[in-house]
Order: sequence, then C-alpha cells, then structure tokens
Amino acid sequence: MPKDHGIGASPKRREDVRFLTGAGNYTDDINVKGQAYVHFLRSDVAHGTLNGVDTAAAEAMPGVVRIFTGADFAEVGGLPCGWQVTDRFGEVMQEPAHPVLAQGKVRHVGDPIAAVVADTYAQARDAAEAIEYDIDELPAVIDMKAALSKGAPKVHDDLTSNLCFDWGFVEENKEAVEAAFAKAAHVTTLELVNQRLVANAMEPRVAVGDYHRATDEHTLYTTSQNPHVIRLLMGAFVLGIPEHKLRVVAPDVGGGFGSKIFHYAEEAFCTFAAKAINRPVKWTCSRSEAFISDAQGRDHVTKIELALDKSNNFTALRTDTHANMGAYLSTFAPSVPTWLHGTLMAGNYKTPLIYVNVKAVFTNTVPVDAYRGAGRPEATFQLERVIDKAARELGVDPIKLRRQNFITEFPYATPVAVEYDTGDYVATMDKLEEIADMGGFEKRRKASAKKGLLRGLGVNCYIEACGIAPSHLVGQLGARAGLYESATVRVNATGGISVMTGSHSHGQGHETAFPQVIADMIGIDESMIEIVHGDTSKVPMGMGTYGSRSLAVGGSAMVRAAEKVINKAKKIAAHLMEASDADIELKDGQFSVAGTDKSVAWGDVTLAAYVPHNYPLEELEPGLEETAFYDPANFTYPAGAYACEVEVDPETGKVTIERFTATDDFGTLVNPMIVSGQVHGGIGQGIGQALLEGCVYDDDGQLLTGSYMDYAMPRADDVPFYKVDHSCATPCTHNPLGVKGCGEAGAIGSPPSVVNAVVDALQRGGHEVTHIDMPLSPSRVWQAMQQG
Amino acid sequence: MSQVSMTVNGKVATGEVEGRTLLVEFLRENLGLTGTHVGCDTSQCGACVVHVNGRDVKSCTMFAVEADGAEVITIEGMAAEDGTLGTIQQAFQDYHGLQCGFCTPGMVMTAASLLAANPKPSEAEIRAYLEGNICRCTGYHNIVRAIMAASGQDVSGIAAE
Repeated sequence: MPKDHGIGASPKRREDVRFLTGAGNYTDDINVKGQAYVHFLRSDVAHGTLNGVDTAAAEAMPGVVRIFTGADFAEVGGLPCGWQVTDRFGEVMQEPAHPVLAQGKVRHVGDPIAAVVADTYAQARDAAEAIEYDIDELPAVIDMKAALSKGAPKVHDDLTSNLCFDWGFVEENKEAVEAAFAKAAHVTTLELVNQRLVANAMEPRVAVGDYHRATDEHTLYTTSQNPHVIRLLMGAFVLGIPEHKLRVVAPDVGGGFGSKIFHYAEEAFCTFAAKAINRPVKWTCSRSEAFISDAQGRDHVTKIELALDKSNNFTALRTDTHANMGAYLSTFAPSVPTWLHGTLMAGNYKTPLIYVNVKAVFTNTVPVDAYRGAGRPEATFQLERVIDKAARELGVDPIKLRRQNFITEFPYATPVAVEYDTGDYVATMDKLEEIADMGGFEKRRKASAKKGLLRGLGVNCYIEACGIAPSHLVGQLGARAGLYESATVRVNATGGISVMTGSHSHGQGHETAFPQVIADMIGIDESMIEIVHGDTSKVPMGMGTYGSRSLAVGGSAMVRAAEKVINKAKKIAAHLMEASDADIELKDGQFSVAGTDKSVAWGDVTLAAYVPHNYPLEELEPGLEETAFYDPANFTYPAGAYACEVEVDPETGKVTIERFTATDDFGTLVNPMIVSGQVHGGIGQGIGQALLEGCVYDDDGQLLTGSYMDYAMPRADDVPFYKVDHSCATPCTHNPLGVKGCGEAGAIGSPPSVVNAVVDALQRGGHEVTHIDMPLSPSRVWQAMQQG
Repeated sequence: MSQVSMTVNGKVATGEVEGRTLLVEFLRENLGLTGTHVGCDTSQCGACVVHVNGRDVKSCTMFAVEADGAEVITIEGMAAEDGTLGTIQQAFQDYHGLQCGFCTPGMVMTAASLLAANPKPSEAEIRAYLEGNICRCTGYHNIVRAIMAASGQDVSGIAAE
C-alpha cells in the first residue's frame, strides 16, 4: 500500500495549479513600472577586431533612451570564472578576460557589441539595425585540434595559446597505467565524439534590472537556478555592489538543465544600465539569441583505451580528451571536463588503475559549461561504449563482462579520488534483466525481422557523483565557492511553517516534496508548510540547484534546521508540562512526557513561543525560528542500469526506440512520482542526444543549428513510454535523509544504451559496425551500414 | 497603429497595436494574460498555443490585427469560474504531466483541440498531434498519459513510477 503522506508518498504537486491556469510568475511576466527595454547588437562573425561602433544614427531613432558600447564598460569588471584548474605541471589554467560588452575584439557569433535601450522592444530592435560597426574579420578557430596546432589564430591575444589547461588525473598513476597496458592480454580502443548540445530550457533567459536612487538599492529579476550565486558573482566581481544593496530574485523558472546556473553578461548589463539611466531595464532573450548566448554543453573528443587480463578483468583505463571551452570561460566551465568527469571514470567497476588526460581548448564558439549531467554523461558514455566494444571483440556477453567487473564491496575508494559510500550494482542489473524482459528479446527480434527491421538490445550502467559538494574537497580541487546549502525553518505562532531554502526549484517540485520531510519530522499536515525560495531578500543564503543537490544538500540543511526547532520546542513543551526536556517525545504533532499521559499539541507550543506568558524566559528566547547550514561530508553516488531496444530500418537508417527501461538506486525516495518524472525527462534528453541533437558550426564559426528548425529537439513521437524502477535502494550513508539525488541520472544513463543497441542491431544484421558518433541520424546509420 | 477588438475568454478586449504586433504580444502585454508563453521564434515550440475561433493556433504566428473580431481562449480561460480545473488540467496534475510548467499552457490548449476532434485518441495519435509542442522536462511520458486519462482511457497499465 503506497504511503499517502510524508516521506515516500506521492501527493499531487501544489505548484501545478498555478502553472496549469496561467498564473505562474516567470521572469518575463514581471514588468516594473516605467521600464525600458534593451536589445543587444551581437557579432555576426566568429572572430574579428572591432575597430569602432558608430551609434549616432541609431541614437536619433524614435524611442531610444541610450546606447551602450564596450567603452561604457571599460572600467567595469568582467564576468568571473568560479573554478580554477591546476594543470599536470602545477600551473594554473589560462584565464582570459570576459567583458560584459566587447572590448576591441569579438570572439564568437553572438558576442555582444552594443546594447540599445529604448521605450519599447520594437524601437530597440529597430535602432540596433542603424548602428554601424567596423570589424576586421580574422580567421576563426573552430576545431579543437586545429586550435592547438602551431600557428593557429589565437582566440585571446594575451594568452600564450588556445590551450586553457592540460590536466592529468591522477598524474601519479600515469606510469603505472602505461605499465598495465604493456602487459594487458587485450586492449580495446575507441575514439568518439560527445557532441555539443544546447540545453534549451523552454523558457528563454530574461533579466530585469531595477534601481532606487534614493536608497541606492539594486534589484535584479533573473532566470536563475541560484540567485545568491549571481548576487555574489555580479556584486563582488563585476559591478562592485555589496550584498545588502543588491537583491536578486529568480521567481518561477521554466527549466534550467544547467544553463541557468551561470552568471551572464545580460544580467550585469541590466543591473548596470538601470542605475545609469535611472530607469528599470528589461531584456527578454529570443530563442535565436539563446542559441548564440546561452552556455552550451558537452563537446568532448575522446580516445579511450581499456586494458583487460586474460580472464577479462579490467586492469587499466586510459583516456585522452579534448574539451571545448568556447570563446570564454563560463562560470563553472573548467570543472566540467575535470572534476565532474575524471572522478567518474571508474564507473561501476573495480578497474585498479586509471589515467585521464584532458586538454581544454578555446575556440571561436559560444562558451561551453554544465548541461544536465555535466561531465558525468561524457564519462559514462565513453566508459560504457568501450566496455561494450570490448565485449564484442572478446565474444563475451556485455552484461556478463560488466557483472564480472562490478564493485561489490562498499565503501569503495576508486583510483580517481572519490569514495563510493554505498550501492548495489548487481541488484540494479538483476532488476533490469527482469523488468526489461530480456528473456523475450529473441522473440521480439524475430518479429522485427519479419517486418524487415533490425532489432538490437543495448545495456549500460552508470554512476554519478551528486549532492554537490563537500566544500573542503572542492576547495582543494579549484572551486572558488563553498558548496553547502542553507535553510531557515520559521514556525509561526499558530503552528504553520515557512521554510526558506537556498535550493531553487525550476521544475523539480520542491514546494511539494520538501514539506513531506518536515511533515514527517513533526507529525503535522503538509499543508501547514510552505517553501520559500528564489529571492535573496527572503532566503539568508543559498548555493542553488544543480548537480542533483537540492534534497541531498538543501534538504539536509532543512532537516538540520528543523531538528534545532524541534529541540527548542521540546524545551518549551517541557516547561509547559513541568517536565524534564529529556523526557519529551514528539509524535503526530503532540509533545508528551514519556511514561505519562501528559501532552501538549504542536500549536500550543508554537503559540507559547510567541506569546510567552508562561515561558522559561530566563533560559530561552521567545520565538521559534532556526537556520542551519549543511556542508556534505561526501558526494552521493546514485547508480543504475539501463536497457534500450531499437529497431533500425535498413532501407533508411532510421532508428526507432521500441523499449526503454531504467533501474536506478537513488537511496531513499521522498516523492516517487517526482523521482520518476525526473528520470523520464533525463531519458528524453539522453535519447535526444543519442538520436537527434547536435550543435553544428561551419568552418567560419557560423552556427548552422541556430533555431528549432535546425536543432532537432526530441518531440513526443520520437520517444516511447519508459519503464523505470527505483526499488533497489541503498540509502546514502552520510546525509540525514539517505537520499542521493535523481535529477541527472536519466540524461547520464541513457545515451550509451541507445548507441549500444544500434550497434547491436547492425551487427546482428551482418554489418561490421563498431561505433557511430551521435546523433545517430538516419544518414549516419545508413552510411555506417554501407561501409560496414 | 490600429484598433483591435476581440473576445478573450468571454470578455471583450480592445487595444491599440502596431501592424507587426503579434497576437501573443497583445495577449501578454496589452491584456496582461501572461499564461501564454513564448518559447521560440520559429513557430516550433508551441508554448504560445491558444484557441482562435475554436482552433488551436500558435499565437506567435498570427498578428493581433488578424484576430480582430475573433473569439480567443487562452489558458486563463480553461478552468471553471470558481477555479476548478478543467478535465485536461486536472489530468495533467493527477499524472504529473508538467514540471517547470513553461510549455504547459500550450500543451493543455493543444490537447484540448485534439480531444475536441478525436475524443479517444491512441497513444500514437497523441504523440503525432503533439509534434508542434516541445517539452524539455518530462520526456513526454506523463503528458501522453495525462491526455489519455483525460480522454477517459485506462492508463493503469502504463508505468507510473
């Protein structure tokens, strides 16, 4: 019988009512009285010297308030990078300046050159067309290996080359790994591309800057996953505004997937310009503009080698990756191919020796940063593809080869610097084999063959590091921030509760799930609890939502604050019942004295806290509100096994996903309905990457996939119903809820199983195909069949 | 500037617009009906779907002046007067057919058109009809379930969790 309330139940989402009736409050729904509108004039070339911008004609256009150019920002700080990687040789990465508006050079199509502020959007757009700018176009570098070749044009003239860093991990393992390869019984090598993607949250970014001269207070409304982080980065590093004079509000946000973590130039511009013209300034990004201004994702080119002994045990793993940074370092870009990628290369396997080399490269393309999974999908894809290839080369069953090499004892310290606290990879694989009905595959394959279609089955495992992250650890790894979370639990006099959380909900359902936890702790109805988030003036501090961290880190902070509240409430209850604190028990919203029939209700205690007539004032302050900061002791390690069955049409190369099954271990589930929804969405994006999506630049740096006409987003008829299971749960051992995080799993776990399935289908059809790079479009699959 | 007048969610709405003003801009900016969203600029994503004279229309692809005299229904007009959710809206909540909520108004309006024309659509018919509505959150699983349930079909055999 499923639970009907509290942890483990699936109540309907309370946020849905406003979203379903058009009553949501997204940033573009916010209009500040008197606001002007900004339109950015952006570079239409990928690389060039900006000799001058003539705004005279544009300034005379109707409605124009003011036009800003790079000169207005010459004395303003650039956009900061939040992570500093140290390379193989002990040197820090090359870190270029990232101006708000271009300073003498443009470095990618979309780089902002000027900003027109006018009374209406239409007037701002019209006037931008009248700006004359003089650019001497320079040769662009798009391909990463070409960018590192001798004599390549430099994206940043003041850097020594286009190499941001050359990172080795773990550098001390390098020689031992080479020795293991030298004596391997078998080595499988795979070269692959993890293609560039665009996050494409359905809500385009928006920023509204407001300024009150009389009080010198700034407000920024923005589409952000982490408003406090934006306040800190923009206030401290770009505009020099202290936190108490800068409020950042991120209201309802229409999806993020990583792309709304970062601090963007447009946010700084609107905040700056609102003061400069003493009038609110609003920017709404168009989708076309989003394609050339939102940080993009993935874009790794990798060679991976797996060494096995004669019994098919993995003995060593070696990878060589080029990671595209784009033209500038976006906020957390350097962390993605390094600490979010190298540390996951052990996967679910006890490979004893691993060496990862990553060269991060500047190119004349849009900056690249975290996109759902961020580094972990790249790690999983290459590992699970090379294992599949090895199994086929060795003639062993891919599932058997995986099982043979599974980590089975926990905690497990990997050779890539992390310690898995718990997991059961055998159980998730057993469950997968059962619910994916692998026993019925052969029958289904024959049925497909009768229709002239090739059917294939692909399987993979995954592990991720979530609940990001222990501050002391990420500090050593280059983070310029702590990655704790905070929460305030404010109990009102009549017993209702407001939880102010630093986590941010942009689709994850925190307003429904977080109260389930508090309701269980106190024994009151969930409707008595509200969740407040997304506003720096309401929430004390917050590092925000990404890396599947909300419940594991933000939820843990909330639990710690609630524990403090309960401890204080017990003292008040003890006073009211003239008992000892130690004897007070809280159950079902009633405080009782152990071993007696004395009790007082939750509401009696909360009222006493605010009407302290009968109250231990000499020992306790009135009121009932507590704040906690929670810094996790370790990452969490969700893991699972996925299976995909495809049909390939040999006439056209078209791939159809026939069945998709996911078994995940997320530890304790607070709201299984929401968890399943997160997995569904991740699988949808993973199938998108595997079959459809890909960001393409031509040799001149023009983005060829700059709209939904050209960038193939997965649609309802591209995907099947999914079967997902979370029953193989091993609770996290180091956070109070035992939760691991579920936001990214689907996107991490699904691409390899799709590609493995297509390769399987083609091999069963007699084609000697060992790999096809994503997206597996009909033309790529068809060409592979012709060649193999 | 032109004067336009239309019926929106049963009430007469008038305003001054430029020739280039889109219907979605008129709804959002002139009328303050911000439930209708803009998710792209190539008529692909469907976040802006409304009903015009009973048909589902992408309001980013129609000028406000073209809707002069028309009967327009937006997401704000889909619940009952007392706030009770309509059948499709309720099914989206019951079956977790939305996450961030941004594409949701367009999904609901499109689903309403589908069910008006085809009261018991198959899974394949639903997926095909949603071709013009992009969702980035749900992987479509629960959207399709919700629409099937709203049309009175038993979805208990389709994995919920």
